[in-house]
Amino acid sequence: MTLIGILIVIVGFALRFNPLLVVVLAGIVTGLAGHLSMEKILTIFGEAFIKNRYLPLFLLTLPVIGLLERNGLKEQALTLISKIKAATTGRLLILYLFIREVAASIGLTALGGHAQLVRPMIAPMAEAAAENKYGPLPEDTRNKIKAFSASADNVGLFFGEDIFIAFGAILLMKGFFEQNGIILEPLQIAVWGIPTAIAAFIIHSVRLYLLDRTIQKEVEQAVGVNRSGKECNTHAN
Amino acid sequence: MLISLNYIYIILGALLAVVALLSFLDKGNPKRFLTGSFWGLYAITFLFGNNINPMYMGVVAIAMAVIAGCGGVRMGKHEEAPVKVRTEKARRLGNWLFMPALLIPVITVIGTIGMKDLTIGGLQLLEKANITLVSLGVACVLALVAGMGLTKDKVFQPLKESRRLFDAIGWAAVLPQMLATLGALFAAAGVGDVVSNLVSAAIPVDSKFMVVLAYGVGMALFTMIMGNAFAAFPVMTAGIGLPLVVKMHGGDPAILAAIGMFSGYCGTLMTPMAANFNIVPAALLDLPDKNGVIKAQAPTALLLLCVNIFLMYFLVF
Repeated sequence: MTLIGILIVIVGFALRFNPLLVVVLAGIVTGLAGHLSMEKILTIFGEAFIKNRYLPLFLLTLPVIGLLERNGLKEQALTLISKIKAATTGRLLILYLFIREVAASIGLTALGGHAQLVRPMIAPMAEAAAENKYGPLPEDTRNKIKAFSASADNVGLFFGEDIFIAFGAILLMKGFFEQNGIILEPLQIAVWGIPTAIAAFIIHSVRLYLLDRTIQKEVEQAVGVNRSGKECNTHAN
Repeated sequence: MLISLNYIYIILGALLAVVALLSFLDKGNPKRFLTGSFWGLYAITFLFGNNINPMYMGVVAIAMAVIAGCGGVRMGKHEEAPVKVRTEKARRLGNWLFMPALLIPVITVIGTIGMKDLTIGGLQLLEKANITLVSLGVACVLALVAGMGLTKDKVFQPLKESRRLFDAIGWAAVLPQMLATLGALFAAAGVGDVVSNLVSAAIPVDSKFMVVLAYGVGMALFTMIMGNAFAAFPVMTAGIGLPLVVKMHGGDPAILAAIGMFSGYCGTLMTPMAANFNIVPAALLDLPDKNGVIKAQAPTALLLLCVNIFLMYFLVF
């Protein structure tokens, strides 16, 4: 019965109801199914909501990012990237993935982030690199490049930070095993994360490398459609 | 302590209050009162979160969800600087424009590493327990000052620009927090135990490969449900990893833990429940498809999960 909350989340997300509402509903139903009183449920809601206020702290970056955007941050990113002839979307994002993962692996998880770097700089540069090479981008292609920019940040962060010994996840694992009578050194756990960290970099890099070809193909297709469209017009004339 | 996390929360609360006020005054937004109330309630949680009874805070959180659920959080009217003006300004300021943006990560890192033990007049400068978050907050304020000095825009401009970006993100800004509360309720209602009982009842425990497969896939799936590998790890490891892989088949717990957690991260890449990594960026980047980032990540996540399961199978025993 307590699993009904999971069901509500899956169905609610699938039917595209507002996620906030789905989550609140799932929470209340789960609490009731677990025989918690309404006061207790509200209190858990309130406590957890207050305790996790650090999650939206990235909002504090928006005043300066918005100000810089108004003063041409994205346009400047475009100018800068157009000067680097070797830059392609794929190569740029592979470089960012590498920097993000290495920085996270030595504990510098703050070096990056969606609000801090991806929106103001990485995504505009990745778009500009493609535009310089192939000309104007179809909307779908542009969105794909943005999504891949965000993905490079996530993959780099996740699979880098876990091989840093002082990271929360490592300490969580150590603590869990300690409770169960197994003593582990943080370094032992961190070291065995390295093979996966390397695999993550290789897999995502290959996909980013292939992204360049996808972009080229999509732009050519779009241009082709436009041309044939124009030809049709001339015939009609 | 001179600067604690609570001060940073108050700064964000004040910013949200201004956004709420601007939303109330925006006649171009058909739902300006509901939109304003949404940001206003959110501001309250940051300004007075520590002083109000948690039960009432729960009511506030639910009220915000109801406003968002009824489509009450709408985009206001914003005047953006035309491309021509922006290009002109960019030419004038050049690469200096990147400086304030880069200051944010740089100052955060310096604060986190270099100022942990810095004291002024016997007082700790930055709250040690939340050093990264406090550093981030300080970095944002300093970067804003640098940005204002560089662009010489009016003082009010960053606030207007903030509202433009807050509006673009909308209710998605609150989703990560709301999902964390769901996790707390799942834990209080004992959802984890039920899931791990179900999984361990369903797998053939004699096969080494099958238990590794069940643990890896279980970590990924349960992370997708909870939106957080940290929540899945104790449940799955207590249910499958420890009794079956380590105790029954003699696997190495350090390898199990390291690769198991990474299997969970593969799940994080594929779920809207990990909103701050997947849904918020989609909103930040103005993607029409809120699942766009997940779609870009899913092939990497699935391939990597396979790699993880084989790595674990060959390394753990």
